[in-house]
Amino acid sequence: MTGTETRNLALAVALFVAAAWLPFLGGAYLLTLGVTIAMYTVLATSWALFSGPTHYISLATAAFFGLGTYTTGLGIEHLDYWLLLPIAAILGAVLAALVGLATLRLSGVYFVIFTLGLAELIRQLVTWSQNVSGQKGLYVLTDLTEVHIYWQLLGLAAIVYLGGWLIGRSRLGFALRIIGDDEEVARHSGINTARAKILLFMVSGAAASVTGAILAPRYIYIEPALAFTPMLSFQVVIMALLGGTGRLWGPVVGVIPFTFLWEAISASFPNQTTLLLGVSFLVIVYLLPKGFVGLLVAIRQRLDAREGFA
Amino acid sequence: MDILFTGLLLGGTYALIAMGLNLQYGMARIMNLANGEFLVAGGFAAFWFFTAAGVSPLLTVFVVAPLAFAANWLIYVVFLRPLVRRAKSHGQLEVDAILTTFGLAFVLVGLKLAFFGGDYFSYSYLARPVTFIGETYALNRVVAFVAAVIICGGLWLWLNTTRAGISIRAIAVAPDSARLVGINVTRLSALAFALGGAVTAVGGALVSTFLTLDASTGVLFTLKALIIVIMGGVGDVRGTIVAALMLGILETFVATVFDPGLTLAAAYLLFVLILLFRPQGLFGRRQA
Repeated sequence: MTGTETRNLALAVALFVAAAWLPFLGGAYLLTLGVTIAMYTVLATSWALFSGPTHYISLATAAFFGLGTYTTGLGIEHLDYWLLLPIAAILGAVLAALVGLATLRLSGVYFVIFTLGLAELIRQLVTWSQNVSGQKGLYVLTDLTEVHIYWQLLGLAAIVYLGGWLIGRSRLGFALRIIGDDEEVARHSGINTARAKILLFMVSGAAASVTGAILAPRYIYIEPALAFTPMLSFQVVIMALLGGTGRLWGPVVGVIPFTFLWEAISASFPNQTTLLLGVSFLVIVYLLPKGFVGLLVAIRQRLDAREGFA
Repeated sequence: MDILFTGLLLGGTYALIAMGLNLQYGMARIMNLANGEFLVAGGFAAFWFFTAAGVSPLLTVFVVAPLAFAANWLIYVVFLRPLVRRAKSHGQLEVDAILTTFGLAFVLVGLKLAFFGGDYFSYSYLARPVTFIGETYALNRVVAFVAAVIICGGLWLWLNTTRAGISIRAIAVAPDSARLVGINVTRLSALAFALGGAVTAVGGALVSTFLTLDASTGVLFTLKALIIVIMGGVGDVRGTIVAALMLGILETFVATVFDPGLTLAAAYLLFVLILLFRPQGLFGRRQA
């Protein structure tokens, strides 16, 4: 490990330890906010792991999330909770593999369209099977409290960051950066592009699914419209792009301000959240194409250049 | 038999909606995810004119079309042309266009919610039964189908016989070469995009006579139109019509035999089959 890497690692560990102290600062509202931020950090970071290098915009987050929620919801009566989390991860990875096999060999547009409808598709199927079986919603009754959920999400975030860091250093990460730059070149240099993309999409899907499984006890009562809410997919895309997908720490830079903005808007203008989503998309495309990270890099370059001339 | 004809009637209107998207995605090369919002806007205009002044939706179409044309032309010139200019590659343009049109779609939904609320809107227009080969159908569906056939036919003629139409098809086939033979790609792309928006909005006015819409249903129609366009082959008018009729029949079949809540699942099944076996579309040729 180089000096910078050791420094970054120490910094990351310090930040995680600091974040883990949040529940002791008191305040139920603070903790609720913490859970929301931790949840979106996991979702946006794992989204960016796949969509950052490949530029494939996945709108399937809600589908994976709902899958995880239902894994806990259906399994909690039969299995131990801690067993359900790896099961949710496996189911998420399998769903991602299936979606990837159908669409990732083709151009990005097919992938966007397919993932856009995926959550709605699963929601329809779940609603239908509930109509057939006569069962409406599910109760998830556990003795897990908000604090436990928060710490679990932090742990998951640590795993996602560590995984992302390792992938970035691996052959897979290298292959994905080449694919993102030019898929044709990647194919010619012997990279199995479809396999690389599907593998990473599986990692991303598994993380989102586990997030859903962890959050299920918080909802207590699960129904399809709640578990598969399409808004979630869009919020995650916006947060990740707002922060910037070029760096591992990029998405969290978008998650924190956007969560505060979202909370403020939905508290005072609950009907205008859709408008907020729309405007955020436009801001990202026209004003912040590389996110906050890109902005910071540009500022630093300008400062460096000025010092160079002085 | 009943399913077949009801499906055909539904498919005919789908064809019109998908034709609008095909003009935008196939010809103007912009994946417009705000397409369905113009459908809802067209439907809303028809609803408003009918309930407020008793104007027939078939006449409202003549107001809706030019308004939607102008709105879409503005969107192309203000939002999308700068993206076309700055894009370094086709992939980059695609990502930018998807994000922008998503943003526009959400802004439009948000505005509709702010001004008109989130209620469903429906009205009763020509809800009379007509009998055809021993089965009864709703007159409004038949009228919408006939109108859709007339408009699709007109578009097809325009694309195949007029200079502008043929030029637009040339852009769809080879945008770079089209420029070399003296076709004004910038201007005609804007025209195709605006026309596509107008066609979809007219489709919306027709659909609103027999379907219930609300501010947030737009994205479902966008999704269906996209599936139809990809199934028929991007830029292929004939394929779009065949695919739309197939989807109409399949949806009606699933809704009648299984559950009306599963129509999207049925459309998806068709989509997956196409992606796996004929990603180039029903009539498309595999690209080298």
